[in-house]
Amino acid sequence: MDLNFNAEERAFQSEVRGFIAKNLTEEMKRATALTPSVFSDPDIGMAWQRALHANGWGAPGWPVEHGGPAWTPAQRWIFETECARAGVPNVNVMGVKMVGPVIIGFGSPEQKNFYLPRILSGEDYWCQGYSEPGSGSDLSSLKTRAVRDGDDYIINGTKIWTTHAHHANRMFALVRTSDGPRQQDGISFILIDMKTPGITTRPILTIGGDHEVNQVFFDDVRVPVANRVGEEGKGWTYGKYLLEFERGSGIASAKLREGLKAISDLAESDLTGRAIDSPDIASRISEVEVDIDALEMTELRVLSALQTGQNPGAVSSILKLRNSEIRQAVTRLGVDVIGHDALAVEPMRPLYKLNHEPAIPEEMLTVVPEYLNGRAYTIFGGTSEIQRDIIAKMMLGI
Amino acid sequence: MDLNLSDEQKLLRESAERFVAGSYNADHRRKMANDPLGFSPAVWKQFAELGWLALPIPEEFDGLGGGAVEIGILMEAFGRGLVSEPYVATVVLGAALVDRCGSKEQKQARLPKVADGTLKLAFAHSERAARFDLAKVATSATKTAQGWRLSGSKIAVLDGHAADEIIVSALIHDHHGPSGRIGLFVVPATAPGLAISDYARLGGGRACNIELSDVHLPEDALLGDGHDVLPAIEWAVDRAMAALGAEAVGIMQTLLDTTLDYTKIRKQFGRPLSANQVIRHRLADMAMQVDEARSMALRAALKADSPPTERARAASGAKAKIGKCARFVGEQSIQLHGGMGVTEELEVGAYFKRLVAFDTLFGGSAHHYARHAELGRKA
Repeated sequence: MDLNFNAEERAFQSEVRGFIAKNLTEEMKRATALTPSVFSDPDIGMAWQRALHANGWGAPGWPVEHGGPAWTPAQRWIFETECARAGVPNVNVMGVKMVGPVIIGFGSPEQKNFYLPRILSGEDYWCQGYSEPGSGSDLSSLKTRAVRDGDDYIINGTKIWTTHAHHANRMFALVRTSDGPRQQDGISFILIDMKTPGITTRPILTIGGDHEVNQVFFDDVRVPVANRVGEEGKGWTYGKYLLEFERGSGIASAKLREGLKAISDLAESDLTGRAIDSPDIASRISEVEVDIDALEMTELRVLSALQTGQNPGAVSSILKLRNSEIRQAVTRLGVDVIGHDALAVEPMRPLYKLNHEPAIPEEMLTVVPEYLNGRAYTIFGGTSEIQRDIIAKMMLGI
Repeated sequence: MDLNLSDEQKLLRESAERFVAGSYNADHRRKMANDPLGFSPAVWKQFAELGWLALPIPEEFDGLGGGAVEIGILMEAFGRGLVSEPYVATVVLGAALVDRCGSKEQKQARLPKVADGTLKLAFAHSERAARFDLAKVATSATKTAQGWRLSGSKIAVLDGHAADEIIVSALIHDHHGPSGRIGLFVVPATAPGLAISDYARLGGGRACNIELSDVHLPEDALLGDGHDVLPAIEWAVDRAMAALGAEAVGIMQTLLDTTLDYTKIRKQFGRPLSANQVIRHRLADMAMQVDEARSMALRAALKADSPPTERARAASGAKAKIGKCARFVGEQSIQLHGGMGVTEELEVGAYFKRLVAFDTLFGGSAHHYARHAELGRKA
């Protein structure tokens, strides 16, 4: 057993650091630090995606034949960790980490040839059409319907919580193509061009003051049958496969550590009257840091098991759950650390393009919005309650 | 980076789990609870034969040269059976301090005997007024013409009643008075002026308070050359906390398994308890906390030989986190067993009590989060 990286892994770490130093601009860094929502704005995120792609790193998790870099689990760990440390922008994970693996796993050769290169290059920007107003945790009760008409489906219904639908040119969606005996049957996985007539998008503002999610309406939207991934009626299987990717890329601790570091820096600064000097705050920072240590060790244990081809078991739910809870603990701590400055509301977005002097120091601007928006971490991608159901069923057999 | 067990480590885990499953059961534990010694000399002999007493001792002193990870593997298995032999006192604390602080002769005189099971040690450090502060020692060791004279009181000495020699920390007073240096002194159990009052320890095994009233010792009772040994004490206690953390993980795993089984069998309202979502979620939380605790115990073991601040932060972080998890898993195990959980008829209580003892020993979660924070600011 060894926690340290070997010579090869250290060499890769230097390579990643070199790449980041060369490609991460000050503007990207500042924009990322001043983004209080989950995702970077597309102009920032896609600039980073293009830099990654130019270096052959556009899709770390993909197989080589589709443009993946063939990294070992340890290399992926190092890459993600270094990116988090440096504060790189978030790329469009709906493309690279969600629909990409589904197309690779279940798509036709034509779909692979068309869509995958466009995800890698950042030409396409994807959004996810899963939840509906009436179908949240009980996702398979979804009602958006696709009715066959010749070589097309005609889609009617609505999707909600659609992240960056207002930026995306494509959506992957779960739609009902028939009514099976079980509600999971009769669902199909379909790729939709967002410019198709009949699609309208309504913004939804979250409590932190950000426009990140939307509701999308479909009125007689005509989509070619060729845009269906895999078999008709098997969409639930593909959709669940994707959710596993969404829950745990398995490497979240490095980002949490950077989030905590930003809060600790504030706590040690005169801007907060040195909040750290309160023993309560100091202990709480340690408590969260230790929780991150535990999560990191669990991630590394999973990664070690993967390295030797073992199946780590149903831990993706544990990783998702702990990541979301710790993320919330970090943001809660942030609000307590900035004290009175938590009172100030800055409504303008994006914060990195602010054109006036803010009421509070710039490094505090994201603290309250992150706490408020962060309540969503234990809700999206399967609520904490759903994760506990999965842990009980898959790990404990009850 | 590789956290998979080596083949030897897997073998150690299997043999330890097999031994504990075969030799430890409820009857044995009840017998030991009423035993004046609190453990079985026959089992101790088997520990020696299996090589477990030699595990962390260097090869030049007839040991196996194992590290904190191997100790952790053994301790987790011990936790599963609530083992009460004085392993931590003799091997993890006693032998480690002799190895770290002693001269070659002092090591040669003791370590091979620890390895073969003929010498038991204990470490007497805590004092009532010091609470959990390892640097605070009032017990004095005064230089005399023949050697040393020790006076003072120690509390919560693990397995001191069974030790052949007790390693006592004391503030060195030389010809100029208090030196500010802490020394470690080997006190034979039979030394005149040494009074041991032992008691049954919460969750199994025994501990004692000791009084030293002008205990006269020879020159070579002092381990090493009289340098301040506080860093060595911190090192040994950090390693002991990692080992005890691994033991706590074993205890928690047994409680989780037992509680899970019980909720499947126990029926109320015409269905098993586990059919209720509130019960399933509680068990999911328990499973998660056992897993987090396992990660932290392993982390502390892997960093047991890191530079002092890093090692100490890992140990304190583990102690605090595992203590928190242990209280939750233990208390919820009782809760889910209902009324039976608070009786002595089931062993849930015995396992829980050992977890409470773990959380208290060397300082609870609040103390260790504070130490973690303090060390972070110095770093």
